[in-house]
Amino acid sequence: MKKYILQSIRLTAVLMVLLCVVYPLVVAFAGGFSKGKGGGEKLTKNGKVVGYALLGQSFTKPEYFWGRPSAVGYNAAGSGGSNKGPSNPDYLQQVSDRIDTLLKYNQTIKKADIPADMVTASGSGLDPNISEQGAIIQIKRIAAVRQLDERTVAELVVKNTQGPLLGMFGPTSVNVLKLNLALDALKQ
Amino acid sequence: MNTELLGIIATYGLTLVIAIPLGKYLAKVFAGEKVWTDFLKPIESGIYKLSGINSKEEMNWKQHLKALLTINLVWLVYGFFVLMYQDKLPLNPDGNPGMTPDLSFNTIISFVVNCNLQHYSGESGVTYLTQHFVLMFLQFVSAATGIAAAVVFFKAFRDKTSVKLGNFWEFFVKSITRLLLPLSLVMAIILAFNGTPSSYEGKDQFISVQGDTVNVSRGPAAGFIAIKHLGTNGGGWFGVNSSHPLENPNYLTNTIELVAQVIIPIAMVIAFGIFIRRRKLAWVIFGVMTIGMLLLLIPTVSSELGGNPAIAKMGVSQTTGAMEGKEVRFGPAISAYWSTVTTIISTGSVNSMHDSTMPLTGLWQLLGMMINSFYGGCGVGVLNYFIYLIIAVFISGLMVGRTPEFLGHKVEAREVKIAALITLLSPFLILAGTAIAGYVFTTHGEAAWAVQPKNWLNNPGFHGFSEMLYEMTSSNANNGSGFEGLGDNNVFWNVATGFVLLLGRFLPIIGPVAIAGLLGSKKYIPESAGTLKTDTMTFALMTFAVIVVLNALSYFPALALGPLAEYFTMLK
Repeated sequence: MKKYILQSIRLTAVLMVLLCVVYPLVVAFAGGFSKGKGGGEKLTKNGKVVGYALLGQSFTKPEYFWGRPSAVGYNAAGSGGSNKGPSNPDYLQQVSDRIDTLLKYNQTIKKADIPADMVTASGSGLDPNISEQGAIIQIKRIAAVRQLDERTVAELVVKNTQGPLLGMFGPTSVNVLKLNLALDALKQ
Repeated sequence: MNTELLGIIATYGLTLVIAIPLGKYLAKVFAGEKVWTDFLKPIESGIYKLSGINSKEEMNWKQHLKALLTINLVWLVYGFFVLMYQDKLPLNPDGNPGMTPDLSFNTIISFVVNCNLQHYSGESGVTYLTQHFVLMFLQFVSAATGIAAAVVFFKAFRDKTSVKLGNFWEFFVKSITRLLLPLSLVMAIILAFNGTPSSYEGKDQFISVQGDTVNVSRGPAAGFIAIKHLGTNGGGWFGVNSSHPLENPNYLTNTIELVAQVIIPIAMVIAFGIFIRRRKLAWVIFGVMTIGMLLLLIPTVSSELGGNPAIAKMGVSQTTGAMEGKEVRFGPAISAYWSTVTTIISTGSVNSMHDSTMPLTGLWQLLGMMINSFYGGCGVGVLNYFIYLIIAVFISGLMVGRTPEFLGHKVEAREVKIAALITLLSPFLILAGTAIAGYVFTTHGEAAWAVQPKNWLNNPGFHGFSEMLYEMTSSNANNGSGFEGLGDNNVFWNVATGFVLLLGRFLPIIGPVAIAGLLGSKKYIPESAGTLKTDTMTFALMTFAVIVVLNALSYFPALALGPLAEYFTMLK
């Protein structure tokens, strides 16, 4: 028994050097050559960092495309989903309110145009994307507020739409932050 | 065909393409045959030398279990204290606090037993030091423990009669050097290049486009996320696990993380067949597991793609399916696939919030964890399946009136007793645990704990009951996923699930290894016309029936009170 205890302690110590020091350092070194240099890829506007490409942020002003509802208010230091069950009455009321808000700000759309992702909270609370349909229903509002041609806005949406992986696997999505930065860039 | 469903097929296909050759490779590695990774031998010799281990020393099954339990105990004691005092230790750039004793107790057990139930949140509950030197370390070694235990079991059936079953330390170390570490390294680097952070920088801050100040948690996560999947651990670097955009940046990384968690469990089944020179048996086992997986997967995908009927009533278009708790870059189809895979395989990582899935999806998730052997966790999946096999052998033996045999060894009262006890353990822990939780919730709502029992549940009614049932089931299965609405960071859940985790891990390892050890040491009886063949279609059906009947009898009442009741209420 005593033999096993000593062997266990020594083996644990040796493996720690390999697994907790060498391994992460090699990964960190390799990651240094990635786009964000291992710290996450940042996006800038006028030379100032305004966000991370992968992290959604809150957009509430009418002149921006809105992202999905977030259970944590897009807190990138405390991710979280709503964890609401599908039959929870309070939750269903919340969804219904979100539908009303969307209809109020986008008066030309019908209920049936609204995709589910625009009225449900994401798993992480930091979803950077919306569905293509989620962007399309906002085009008219944005064009009106920004006094732009609808076609110009629609083209931007198309340009910022990411298709399925290799054109074959998975859904289509739109990165809200990139799309909004592209919108802001139009003005200048 | 739609691109989301194609994604599922491609992911599973890629899994098999990697898992089958990997199984062949593992069989060779553990049999000590020549393989291309033999250039790592000097490193292994160095590890043995520094640890005072003689890797040639053969052990019997009892010595194997002693070594296994001893080293696990060392990790428990070490980790418990480091987590409690992490605030006083270095590598804490975000200034996170130490854990309370009950949370530390729960967390350390949870990581030692390869479960990774997390009652803390990665962003605020741990430091870079504990993430690496406790949690990630345990993700490697707990997976290696499971694999090594499975190899001991393989050894018992390789030769006609065997008492000496190889060296535990050798199996354990090789699981790391020849399998987990190299694969993790490749995967971590792929993740890093897709945007997962890998550097040691602390929290960042920026001003958003609309002018809000946003803090961003980061840290060297890529290496952690690789092993959390390969080792079927599942604990996330960030609170929301693999639904976090930094933990799982895009559809490609999602595919890789999905493939990674399934390859070793499947490879172990293939390796078993090659190792004991009965390939057909392995394929029969693989077949039963795969059919079981499909029977859980297909209704799950269909129920998620169908969307939430309550939201459909409001008139919103759910052409893409239910989206609450899911990420747009993955979509509901692959999220449903993930939820099946992560529950049958004891990974417990999530890319969508299970609490928000449809009621029937919750049912399939729970069943996956209750059965816990359709592929199953790293190493332990095969061991769990073995218990069902022994029960099936016993029952078929009774049915045809012969002494039950398995692979040429008589299965006698002692082995069947052990198997029966292990089978009864799961329902006992899950149902008794849930019952106690329900009792505390209803009668001691005001207890002065960190989260008062009356505030435990995030959802009312049947779904609230499911939250408690899920937590106990996940603990017993060493799964680690959760209906995360449950307020679980308080003394009740930390201690109760801590014990369930311990018993649910070690007894189902000790039991099968003991049975295998006992059987392996018995006299070998050559096959005759009267032998019950275990590699036939009939026997596969028999095993499947045993799995279904045992689990249905054990869990139907509880499932009827939770997800089924919720489902029928929503139909109204």
